[in-house]
Amino acid sequence: MGISSLYMLRENISMSLSNIINNRLRAFLTTLGIMIGVTAIIALITIVQSVTTEMTEQFTALGASNVNINASGTALKRGLNPSDMQTLLNIENVAGISPNISLTLTVATETGWEEEATVEGRNEHYFASENVVERGRAINPIDTESINRVCLIDKTLMKSLFYGIDPLGKQISISGISHTVIGVLASSNMDLMRQAQGGRDNGRIIVPYTDAMKLSGTQNITSMVVYLKDSSLAEETIKKLEHALDTAFNFKENSYFVFNMQSLVDTMNTVLDMMTALLAGIASISLVVGGIGIMNMMLVSVTERTSEIGLRKALGAQPKHIQGQFLIESFILSVIGGIIGAFLGVGLSALFCNIMDAKFTISWSAISLGVFFSAAVGIVFGWAPARRASNLNPIDALRSM
Amino acid sequence: MSEFFRMRDIVKQYQMGDELQTVLKGISLDIQSGEFISILGPSGSGKSTLMNIIGCLDVPTSGEYILRGRAIADLSPKQLAEIRSREVGFIFQSFQLLPRVNAMRNVELPLVYAGVPARERSKRAEAMLERVGLEDKLYHYPNQLSGGQQQRVAIARAIVTQPTLLLADEPTGALDQANGKAVLGLFKELNEEGHTIIMITHDLNNARQASRVVNILDGLLLEEAV
Repeated sequence: MGISSLYMLRENISMSLSNIINNRLRAFLTTLGIMIGVTAIIALITIVQSVTTEMTEQFTALGASNVNINASGTALKRGLNPSDMQTLLNIENVAGISPNISLTLTVATETGWEEEATVEGRNEHYFASENVVERGRAINPIDTESINRVCLIDKTLMKSLFYGIDPLGKQISISGISHTVIGVLASSNMDLMRQAQGGRDNGRIIVPYTDAMKLSGTQNITSMVVYLKDSSLAEETIKKLEHALDTAFNFKENSYFVFNMQSLVDTMNTVLDMMTALLAGIASISLVVGGIGIMNMMLVSVTERTSEIGLRKALGAQPKHIQGQFLIESFILSVIGGIIGAFLGVGLSALFCNIMDAKFTISWSAISLGVFFSAAVGIVFGWAPARRASNLNPIDALRSM
Repeated sequence: MSEFFRMRDIVKQYQMGDELQTVLKGISLDIQSGEFISILGPSGSGKSTLMNIIGCLDVPTSGEYILRGRAIADLSPKQLAEIRSREVGFIFQSFQLLPRVNAMRNVELPLVYAGVPARERSKRAEAMLERVGLEDKLYHYPNQLSGGQQQRVAIARAIVTQPTLLLADEPTGALDQANGKAVLGLFKELNEEGHTIIMITHDLNNARQASRVVNILDGLLLEEAV
């Protein structure tokens, strides 16, 4: 590009701007399509991303550093035994393993009862990894070793069984066997999840897992939570766990199932990414429609300015000068539309996130995508009108004056 | 005086629907550098078509047109534009100023297409507006100027690139007598400064201001009146 092309470019830009300013209303209406398209793209992408971040955080809080194992076992071996547990516990990066036994039993005190309470069997690792005890003490290794009849109850049971009484040290009957209350559980996300799933919250009670196995009469552990030291190494640790489980179940298929919250989060992110692309794709249809609007206006503008084009040609304008002028005009029009759309899109998504109580993050990639596409639309749809203007015969153009 | 251009048997035909219309029927015309000539003819005589061909806005259907040693017939639109930019200054009956820009910017326009830097452009535009006596109207818009002033802006625009040829199509057609006279006076001065001028008109009195008058009628050049 020579120096004179640069002068030309500057000249074209100033001519285009003055022309756009002189046709304010029409220019505004024409770029409306681009504006709406870019607004939609940016708002959709930003909103979906904000929601994704929010959901990822919540799911991670629920335990991305946990690996859940469901070991239904084989016909010969229905679940894991304590020595298998020890093998798993020795695997690198495993901080602890807590069996996860869940029963529905009747619990009662002198002052109340609950017929369908959730009774969970846990060990000390559960309490080490999750901050669940509000008052009293957690279950310790001695409790599990010697099958102590102790338990921790949640707030719901505290209310229904010990209304107005301090439950610590009191006795509670689980399936007719007396247990001493050693602690009260803090409210957790899990409680909220249970409530969200609907139904009555019957209360939750935790006992040593050995005790729970006795209560249910099982010899094997079929479900457990593995706590990781470093959740970023989850994948490798899961491989090792799977290997150990394969060995324990003699490589029989479908004998166990390993599940990590992180993999759920990953799957969810993939789905949301696809959704984002789909939504942005739909929104970009309006960009194309907007582009057609710009093309229409530019064609009208070429017709209206036929004599001006003729005059410019008489004064020495080459076809490329005229083409450049019109191309730059449609480019500027759609980029202005794109920029306004970007502001609107960011505003809209900020508003949405505010209403939804989600954390708002500006998505620069969405903004640059929107503005880039609007610029591309300006060039693509401005091409034909600019071409037509440059090809006008100067005589015909001058004759229309 | 050297030869400015030479035309031999210029024919221009237009396809009007099914009919082929011959507007120029074989025109031969020689012009020397520094001449001031009038082409006189009634409307429909083909004089505007002739002017378009002289100004390289159009190319003839057949015939030879050599402008300053260069055959015009085979040039591309880009090359024609370059010749218009360098060699020709157009002056129109209806002035043809851009309405939304001021006198300076109007005069600068041909320099933009000639690739002249901005500072140089405004210097030359200012000088030309002074030359036509509009030094106090530099930043006026066309609608703030009288017809005579607008035509003087147009003349400044035509001469700002220092073209060898000034091509005027009915330059006084939209002006009152006094302003028309002033414009013709300006033409004479420019001619004395060395510009070759071709003026197209249907008015014999105006035509007589030139040093040479050529009649055109029905696509043919008639005898050259004195």
